[in-house]
Amino acid sequence: MSGLLPLVGRARRFGDDVNTDNIIASRRKRETIDPGVLRAYLFEDVDAGFAATVRPGDILVAGSNFGCGSAMEVAVTVLLGAGIRAVVAASFSRTYLRNALNNGLLAICADTRSIEEGDAIELAEGGGGDGALTLRCGQRVIACDPLPPFMQSMLEAGGLVPYLKTHGGFAA
Amino acid sequence: MNPQTLAEKLLSRAAAREVRAGDLVVCRPDLALGTDGSVPMALDYLEQLHGGAAGAPHDASRLVFAFDHYDTSSGAKALALQDRARRYAGEHGIAVFEMNQGIGHQRLLETGGAQPGQLVVGADSHAVSYGAMNAFATGIGSSDLAGLMYCGRLWLKVPATIAVLLSGRLREGVAAKDLALALIGRLRADGAAYCALEFGGPGVAALDIDDRIVLANMAVEAGAKAGLFPCDELTRAYLEASVGADAAQRMTAVAADASAVYREIIAIDLAAVEPMVALPHRVDSVMALADAPRTTIDMVYLGTCTGGRVKDYREALAVLRRGGGLAPGVRLVVTPASEPVRAELEANGMLAEFAAFGAEIRAPGCGACCGTCGGGPAGQARVASTANRNFKGRMGNSEAQIFLASPAECARAAVTGRLGGGR
Repeated sequence: MSGLLPLVGRARRFGDDVNTDNIIASRRKRETIDPGVLRAYLFEDVDAGFAATVRPGDILVAGSNFGCGSAMEVAVTVLLGAGIRAVVAASFSRTYLRNALNNGLLAICADTRSIEEGDAIELAEGGGGDGALTLRCGQRVIACDPLPPFMQSMLEAGGLVPYLKTHGGFAA
Repeated sequence: MNPQTLAEKLLSRAAAREVRAGDLVVCRPDLALGTDGSVPMALDYLEQLHGGAAGAPHDASRLVFAFDHYDTSSGAKALALQDRARRYAGEHGIAVFEMNQGIGHQRLLETGGAQPGQLVVGADSHAVSYGAMNAFATGIGSSDLAGLMYCGRLWLKVPATIAVLLSGRLREGVAAKDLALALIGRLRADGAAYCALEFGGPGVAALDIDDRIVLANMAVEAGAKAGLFPCDELTRAYLEASVGADAAQRMTAVAADASAVYREIIAIDLAAVEPMVALPHRVDSVMALADAPRTTIDMVYLGTCTGGRVKDYREALAVLRRGGGLAPGVRLVVTPASEPVRAELEANGMLAEFAAFGAEIRAPGCGACCGTCGGGPAGQARVASTANRNFKGRMGNSEAQIFLASPAECARAAVTGRLGGGR
């Protein structure tokens, strides 16, 4: 995933079970599905100040089951619209993980307990050639779960759309 | 061949090879549903795939669009998004469930769109509902839907399975919703993440199809990829009503192998289930209703793909009749899951009875469940709802507090103006 990494950013900390309605309220997508507009409402119901303070390059750091609830894909594209390229969480809900990888948003599983709001963190390839990543936070190095090769190739392509376009469908 | 779970069997057929839990497979779904909430974004992706205007879908006969999330109360911009999906469907011969005809999941089930052995997906998380019909059913996103429209195929990881073995039968006054809440409370919001829930055991026969739909529907609230049921005489009878006796009898039931390997086996005695409630703002914040703190209720919502079928209204109405009507100040909203449900309620007089009790009857569809149509709670209303989610802001108002319970218990809250505090 050489095109995406390394990624250096500021940790924005969230807890367990952040649901898609927390990320972006369903009622907002009635107006538009344009992430450039929706980003103004990012996390509005749970962290009213977030949208005003998010900076391109920020990395979301969360606990378990990030993105649970709805399958609505704006919950992924709104992060990309705000310049967030990666979410590191203890675990993801399955639809959120799909939507993230399909859109080229890095969704990485790791033990995030020691990371705090505002920490400078770096995501980089582990060097083992197996797709495993490492997360650096100050002096700490945290191992991340590797992504299966198919998911790596989709991320590398930039998501499902460019992947399908390149291969004319799914590679056998 | 090694023994397989129901999920492994169903996905082996869809992938046209023998697959195992953990395998990443490319499948060909029999049918995919999109909604006005998810299709517009899928069309954006399809335009990118086609490098211009969104071209014809790979196989229009395997697609169905439901215009259920938005209605005339949703605003001009929402209706414009819906109309974009409608135009594409019209141009390419894609079947649609029109606005006010009901929630796509309910319409798909009523029309026999999910059948034993099939893989049916939906760009909406509650597509898991079709697992009640012995099909593998799961939620996907808009990009996945675009991929299906482009090449007819979808990537899936074959899930491990948690078996839920049911015995006995539910007691009078206890509903499938109570069982679903009890199960989610036990598993927690991610207890079945990436897994299929496979319901089995002698207790399944005591659950009708509506009950099974509730359990399959809410499997996703424990993180499950699917909630799967066996096919029995009740399944065939349900399908006979929608696709005819000949077609229903030709369907092949798919069953797990006797020695299939499960990640976990959960045994539940249905007779031990009691009325439950999920407290705001978590679906897994579940307790026995009798133990829940006594709470004043301002609004009662009867509807959604979880609790908007005829049986749900029958159970709610029985409580309203016994109680003599609504407590002062309680607002009752009735949003049938589909037009056939609404028409049946009209024909049997139940709709008029609800209206006579002072209920607001709204057009079939998703309604106020996720705040995309009007009629949601005002101010800091405390809502008792038959829906599946109670997240903060879920009904379009982040000040509201949503309590999830069965139709009968929601109706009891409408009669008494409160929930809980029974013990």
